[in-house]
Order: sequence, then C-alpha cells, then structure tokens
Amino acid sequence: MLRMPKFELERPASLAEALELLADASVESLIVAGGTDLLPNLKHELFTPARVVSLERLGELRGMRELEGGWLAIGSMTRLDEVAGDARLAARAPALAQACSLVAGPQLRTMGTLGGNVLLDTRCQWYNQTYFWRAALGFCLKKDGSVCHVVEGGAKCVAAASNDSAPALMTLGAELVFVRAGGRRVVPIADLWLADGAMNKKLESGEILTEIRLPPRGAGHRGAYGKLRERGSIDFPLLGVAARLELDAQGAITEADLVLGALAARPVRVRRVAEELAGLRASSNDLDAALGRVAQLAYKQCHPLPNVPGDHEWRREMVPVYVRRTLDAALARQGPVRDA
Amino acid sequence: MAARDPHGVGAPWGAFHVVGKPNRKVDGLAKATGTAVYADDIALPGMLHAKTLRSPHAHARILSIDASQALALPGVHAVISGRDLPIKYGVIPWTQDENALALDKVRFIGDPVAAVAAIDEDTANAALKLIRVEYERLHAYLDPREALERHDPAIHEGHKTGNISKHVELAFGDVDAELAAAQLVVEGDYSFHGTTHAPIEPHCAVAQVGADGLLTLWSSTQITHYVQRALSRVLELPAQRIRVVQPCLGGAFGGKSDPFSLEFTVSKLAMLTGRPVKMLWTREEVFYAHRGRHPMQMHYKTGVSREGRISAVDAKILIDGGSYSSFGLVTTYYAGQLLTGPYDFKSYRFDSTRVFTNKPPCGPKRGHGSVQPRFAFEVQLDEIAEQLALDPIELRRRNFQGSHVRTVNGQRVTSNGFLQCLDEVSRASRWSERRGKLGRGRGLGVAGSMYISGTNYPVYPNPMPQAGIQIALERSGRCTVFTGGNDIGQGSNSMVAYVVAEELGLALDQVRVVAADTDLCPVDLGAYSSRVTFMVGNAAIDAARKLRAQLVEALALEWKIEPGRVHLAEGRASDSGDPARSISSAEAIQIAEARFDTLGSTGSYNTPQLGGDYRGGTIGASPAYSFTAHVAEVEVDEQTGRIRVERVWIAHDCGRALNPMIVAGQMEGSAYMGVAEALLEHHTLNRFGLHAGPNLLDYRIPTSVDTPELAALIVESLDPEGPYGAKEAGEGPLHPSLPAIANAVFDACGIRLRELPFTPGKVLAALRARKAAAPQEAR
Repeated sequence: MLRMPKFELERPASLAEALELLADASVESLIVAGGTDLLPNLKHELFTPARVVSLERLGELRGMRELEGGWLAIGSMTRLDEVAGDARLAARAPALAQACSLVAGPQLRTMGTLGGNVLLDTRCQWYNQTYFWRAALGFCLKKDGSVCHVVEGGAKCVAAASNDSAPALMTLGAELVFVRAGGRRVVPIADLWLADGAMNKKLESGEILTEIRLPPRGAGHRGAYGKLRERGSIDFPLLGVAARLELDAQGAITEADLVLGALAARPVRVRRVAEELAGLRASSNDLDAALGRVAQLAYKQCHPLPNVPGDHEWRREMVPVYVRRTLDAALARQGPVRDA
Repeated sequence: MAARDPHGVGAPWGAFHVVGKPNRKVDGLAKATGTAVYADDIALPGMLHAKTLRSPHAHARILSIDASQALALPGVHAVISGRDLPIKYGVIPWTQDENALALDKVRFIGDPVAAVAAIDEDTANAALKLIRVEYERLHAYLDPREALERHDPAIHEGHKTGNISKHVELAFGDVDAELAAAQLVVEGDYSFHGTTHAPIEPHCAVAQVGADGLLTLWSSTQITHYVQRALSRVLELPAQRIRVVQPCLGGAFGGKSDPFSLEFTVSKLAMLTGRPVKMLWTREEVFYAHRGRHPMQMHYKTGVSREGRISAVDAKILIDGGSYSSFGLVTTYYAGQLLTGPYDFKSYRFDSTRVFTNKPPCGPKRGHGSVQPRFAFEVQLDEIAEQLALDPIELRRRNFQGSHVRTVNGQRVTSNGFLQCLDEVSRASRWSERRGKLGRGRGLGVAGSMYISGTNYPVYPNPMPQAGIQIALERSGRCTVFTGGNDIGQGSNSMVAYVVAEELGLALDQVRVVAADTDLCPVDLGAYSSRVTFMVGNAAIDAARKLRAQLVEALALEWKIEPGRVHLAEGRASDSGDPARSISSAEAIQIAEARFDTLGSTGSYNTPQLGGDYRGGTIGASPAYSFTAHVAEVEVDEQTGRIRVERVWIAHDCGRALNPMIVAGQMEGSAYMGVAEALLEHHTLNRFGLHAGPNLLDYRIPTSVDTPELAALIVESLDPEGPYGAKEAGEGPLHPSLPAIANAVFDACGIRLRELPFTPGKVLAALRARKAAAPQEAR
C-alpha cells in the first residue's frame, strides 16, 4: 500500500481558530475538507504540506440556510450526498443536485463536500500518478517538471477541471464566500477560474471557502446535469454538461445557459446559447432545430485534448450528444443524464 | 486403490448427504467477519519491512548501483541487488530467465533492481530514494511486430531465437487441400488488447529464519510447491530446509502463479539480517508484476461445407509476451492446442509466436492462452453462420464433436455436455423467439468453448502423483485433512471437506482442512489450470476410501454383521439391517481406533497417459474437459456507441456440481471477468513505455452497477474419471463472454467487432463504416 507522508494535522474547533492557523505564513499548510481527493494526492506526493488543517469539526460550515432576498447559502462542508438528496435543491437547483449525485461513488459522497468539489485540483493522466511513475516520466509541467505531455512537448498545462459541481454552479450564477483572518470576499464563481491547468483558480493565501450562495430562481427554472464516464459509478467525468433554462408563465424560454466541464483547465461556457433559444416555447416546432444548433455550437467550441485517460476524440463526439440530452432532460424536468 | 483408479460417479452411501448441496464455504464466516489471516496480517517480533527499487527505464543496462547512502540511513538493516541473488528462475524449467532483482539489465519500467529492509515502511521508502543507479538506456521495444523483425539490441542477450520467446507450428490433417475444397472460406483478423487480474489483495510475503536455520515463507501464492522449489534453487538451500505457507488469499486468477521477486528478496533479507522481513506490494507494483492475459493479433481462416461443417481451420497468432518468459511456452501452445473442441475439425493448423517486448511480463490469467483465440474463432463462426444464413446455435450443433472422442490434435475428450449447454442457453434466453427480433439496437449472441480440468503435464516432468492427501481421524470425532492444494477463494478447501465428509459419513463441522503448507501437507501442484477439484478431489476420495474400509471393517466385526450393512452418514454410524443400532461417528472412530491403532491414510491422484504423439502433444492434454455456452443480450446506444450488456446466460458442463452455489459463483465470476475484458479493462502502456494507469481508478474493473444480470445454468455430464463425476468450473465459463457480446452486437446493429476492447469510439467508427458501405440504408 502507498504510505501517507508525514504531516502535522490540526483539527480546529472554530472557524476563527482555523483562520488563525492558516494565517501563519511560516508553515506551509493545506486545507482538508472531506479528504476524498486530497488524501490520494498526498500519497502521490502531489502536495507535501508540513501542516494539514482539517475543517471536519466546523459544524458552522455544514448545512443550508435561507438568506435575505431569496438567496440560499450552502455551507462549504455540506456533504455531497446531502446536496444531492436535498428537496429544496431538487426544485431550485436541479443541475447542482444532479451533479453532486454523480460525483464518485456512494461511500465517497458521504465524505466529500461541496466546497471540496468546487476547489478540486485539476486532473491529468500525466499528473495523477505516484511519485515513482512521475519520476520515470521525468515529471510534467504541473508538478516537478517543465514539459506538458498531453501534446508532445507542450508548454502550457492543460489538466482538466474535473469537478462535477462547478459547471452546475456556473449556470446557476453562484457566488462563493471566502473568509480569511481579518477579511472576507464574495466571488461570482464565473470569476474564480483561470485557464491554466497548473492552478486554475484565483485563490488568496489563508482563506477558507465558507459558503456557496445561490440566487433566487422562479417557478420557471429548469436545470439538468449530464455526466459522461466509462463506468456507472466512481469515475471522474470525461465530460460534464450543466444546463439552465428559465421559462416564463407561458412556457417560453427567457434565459438559457450551458457550461461544460472536464474538457479544459476551467469550466467552459458555450457561447450564444441564449440567442438561439430565447423566445422559444417548449411546444414550439422550432425548438428541436434550435436545440440541434446549440449542440453544434458546443461541438464547434470544444476541442478536448488527451488530458484525462480515455478516447478524447470520442469525448468530442459526445459533446453534442450530451448537450442535446441534457437540454432535453432540463425541459422535461428530468435528469441526470448518463449512459453508463 | 492407486493414483490412477477412477472412483465412479455415484454416492458412497446411497444418496449424497454433503455433495451437491449449497453448503457454506469452510472459511466463509472467517472471511465475512474479518478473522481470516492474510499474509499482510502476519506480524512477527522484530519484523523488518522491505521495499523494492524499480527501473524507471523500459530497457537499459545497469552500469552501477551505489547503496552507501541508503545503508547509512538510520533504521536501514540491509540493501540487496541482483548480485545477491544471481541465480535465474522461472516457472517453466526450460525458460528460466528472471532474476529476483535485475542483474545486468532492466527490461520494463517497474523491473525490480534493489531491495531495502528497514525498521518500518517509511524508512525503507526513504532509503530507496538514496540508492543511486547508473543506467545506459537501450532501445525499447513496445510493438511486438518490431520485436519480431529485429533483435539488436536483444531483450534477452544470448537467447538463441532473438526476441522470439517461443514459436510453435503444428498441423493436423491436410489444411491446404481442405481449404481448397471448402465451399465457403471465411478469413479475418482479430485482436486482443491485454488485461490483468486485479485481485483485491496485493501480493505480500513474510520470511523468517528460525533458530534452527529453517526458512519459513508466508506468501500470497497460488502454488506453494513451485515457490518452494524456486526458493531452493535461487537461495541454494535444500528444499527440506524451506517451508512455504499460503495464508488466506484475497484473489489470484492466475496472477499469483509464478514465483515472484518479493518471495526471494524477503527470504534473502531475512537470512542476511536474522530478522523476519515483510514486503507488501502497492497496487502499482501488482500492475508491474502483471502476468496478465497476453495481447494477441490473430488471423483465422476457416473452411466449411455448404451445410456448415468445419473442414479446416488455419490460425496465425502473434503474442506479445512482455519482458520475461513466465508461462509463455505453455501460452504459445495453449493458443492453438485448446481450440479443438467442442467442435469437430477435419483439419487444423496453427502457427503461434510469442515475442519479448519491454513491457510488464504476461502470463496466465483465468482461461490461460485460450480466451483470445476462442474470441476470434467464435466470432468467425458467427460470420460463417451469417454467410450460410444458418442460425448460429444450429451451426454449432452441427459441428459438435460428441463425447468420448479424440480431437483432431489427438486429445482425448471424455464427457461432453456441450449440446445440453446450448439447449440451456437457448431455452433460457428464448433464443428462437427473440434473436433477430428485438429491434434496432438490441440483440442476442451465442458462443461456446471448452477448457481443461488440469493437465497431465506438470511444469517439471516427474512420475510422482500430481495431488496428494493425508487424513488423520481420531477418537474425538475430529477429522483433519491435509492438502497441498491452494484455496485462492475458489473454495478448494471446502471441496476437500465435502468429499471427505461424504466418504466417511461425517458432519461437515467434524472436518478441518489444513492446506498449502509444505511442512504439513503432501505435495500438490497448486491452483492453476483448473486442476484442483479434479485432482485433489480424486486424491481425497482415494485417501478417504482407505479409512472408510477400516471403519466399516471395525464396525462389522464389532456388531458381528456383514460389512455391507454398515452405513456411515451425517455424523452417525448405523446398521442398515437394524435401525435401532446407531452410534455417533466419534464412537465409531473409537471402535476402529481400538482395533487398528491410530487412524490415518494417504491418497493420491495422477493423470492417465494422455496427449497426442508429437512434440507438444501433452500440452493441453487433460483428463477431462469442461464445456460452456453463453448467450449475451446487449443494447447498443448508436449515438454514444455504448454497449450495455443486459444479461448473460451461462450454461456450463462442470461434470457434477460438488457445491452448486460455489459452481454458480465461479460461473458468474468468470462471466463478469469476461464482460469486463470485453468492454472496460485495458492493460496498456503509453508512448514512454509507462503503464497508462497502474491503479484501480484508471484500470476500470466493473462496479456492481456495470455488471449485467448473470444467470448460471449448471449442466452435469458426470465425467467417468472426475470425483463423483466433477470437472472444472473456475475458468472455462469465462471464454464465451467476449465473443457472445461481439455476436450480440452484430445482431443488434449489424457491425462486426473483431478488435477488443469494444470501446464506444470503436462502435461509432464501425457504425459509420457500415453506413458508408450501405448509403441507401442510411437515408
């Protein structure tokens, strides 16, 4: 069995105590939430922190609460299976509940947290390997090396954003609340990302993601999530598709949004989706053709690279198929979409 | 009684009391409750932990190894390298080309180079990073065709056939003339990609040298006897000074059949340090040790009559062996020798070549050598049925070879329940009503196969029994059976208990089984080639009948009755002529012990003389063959290319099911593994020669939700030489899974999948090709 490298484990009992620990710049620290991704990564020596600060005792970061103005705040330590099974979310954020229901397998979802999934490290077949393996390779750009192997001799890291929750939260217009000793910032999730697989998030040192906030949605809100993977459980996405549609009282589409995950270093918003779909009714004869055009827009915009294991040409072929199926599911108030 | 005597298929006491019942496995509760002891559960006073330094290069010469810094690290007790274990070994005596630690060269990424023993695992790992190895890199062969064509540099210097590990060419009958005369000849290329066993327990070994100098090795092996022999050779110790014990094992599937590097290194390190030494491999190391199913590129040409009778089969196979021989000599034969049933071939020729490449070594995996050719041939049969407009099951029936026949390559077939297997899968799947009628995207496919129940060819030729049993019976009523057989989860210890309880009329809880300990148990050749039920079962009957005769004689004398009236069953001894006379088996044993002194017996099994009269004719010769048929039902999503296997009906002729629950488990497990190899699992290397994903996230074994419904349909042909008629059930039922799925996909959407695994991308490509070939249909 791979050994867990040695580190000092801190289990603060309050957010204040946690922030104080993280504010100590003299110690290289990492935060662990559910640990389902961090622990294997530590065993692979992708991170070698001197100190790991666990948020497990911070009950204040777990659960959901209604905010003023109809917003809903989800604590960052809320477990993925709690998000997936929440009745409120099934109505007002079906894409998020569906995405969380497909992360990893059932056991891991009882440990993995929403905050941890949002801040998941990017993944790549040349990176998520043991130290021995990476050393035999001569390492890669993302960790300990200078070349990206996804495209031979590549000079830019293209590891994939593999978090299922991120595309769904993007379509929902979520905001993230980060707290640090003596400060706080609220970031629209769309502004979090960088197009760099080595580090695809703009994070500040010493801060903790405490809440994920969802804006209010009306009765016409529709959403769904589709996940392409090789097996029917456990696997990271080869492609994630989150769709959001807003319908007016007459059933006409007023807003539409589509975000794809796992293809690139950051979640990718498909352009001009709203233009194609706005004004169409679910019963309209033109809707089918418009959804087909949206699927083709997504196909043209996406060019997945062989960053995660699997057949990347097939992944690209699946973009329009999954986009179409996910939009159909959203309109039919169904989902999640999966074929394995 | 002698080792070669058949014991008959009937129950020893009128009706079966234990055999044929779904009894619990003897170790079932211990495993389910966590009390079973696996190799890694062993912890001894003062035990050191060892780790292996492995090659980061696919092919390189070792110029120097400097372990001085590692040795200087506090807590490190010893560092060894190839020079400390210079004697080569290998499971096949004629192809011994492995060193426990690389001597001069490394031949794949992950090849063991040095080993460290330290006070704990972390210290040992830290020491590995301090060992300096200087390499001279050599050209790495990753493509078997290149290895076939050139051998400078050679992977094994001095190997007299360059990079060719083994070449076998055998012909039976006039293949060319039959092909020329055939009314239809179908020809095609097929390929198998390479898969590994993925047992849940990683390999682990613990060695201890006693005060008396006796070396004991506990190892997660499936062949204790060969490990003992290999240790004796490499460590230059007499075999009687070495004790090898197999603790409870967490899966093997052929992947624990070879002697492995860790077994030698922990032994050597224990000898050097005077301390017990343990090594537990990581999952990644298990992938490097590999010995998985060989990638094969196969060309088949089959000639048939208009009625579909097979007149000629001509095969050419290129086998990618990886870096060492392992069982490769046998693999190369098996790839051809095991195809000659359940169908009658008028003529047959095969030409199979195994080459070395700079990859983890391939070896035996469940259905050794024959799963890949079976895939190719059964798909080709489906193509023939299509071209002749014959029902694929009918085509197979027409070519059935029958029972008690000799195959074209000279193998003796005894019982053969293949037709019944076809009947069963046809009935259960409602084949005739449903095949071809399920609508676009849904289909049924059939395939058949045969497999050996052990082979008459021990890996080192010798005239001694292949299986031995000892039984001790004492006055408390306790019966202990000693077997060298290896229970690897297949239930062989349970099988031994069932047989002995049946023969001696004991309750199952009176029987203990002590297994796989070379100090305590008679020699058995181990758990491979599906030999254990057949051979050890027969040896157990042989031993038990000797004791039974003593019990019967003692009771007949005691009760002053004819021996024929003594009846032993279910923990009681009784007089069938006087129902009032009945005692416990413990009392019966006391009567016998008083008359004959301490009770014990031995029994053996050896195969009859078998095999064709030609070089290699004994390889693949088995005392009995099992037969299988599958029907698979699939659904193909033509947008995503995904194949979903909905259901597999598995009919298997196991002779007699000594425990139908365990037989069904083996059938389901086999089909599961076959489906996995067809759709998901892929043991592959990237362009650097690195394993593409040596972990259980990237090497995808199906989860429960990916597993089809599996229906086990047991067929019992009662083999005249098997124990109560039993044959194997652990490997045969895997074979038809892969071709049955391919044939079902053809039924579903008209595409022929000849290249494994059947990934969605390949399915979509085949659908596109079909559309392009038939544009009118696409409109």
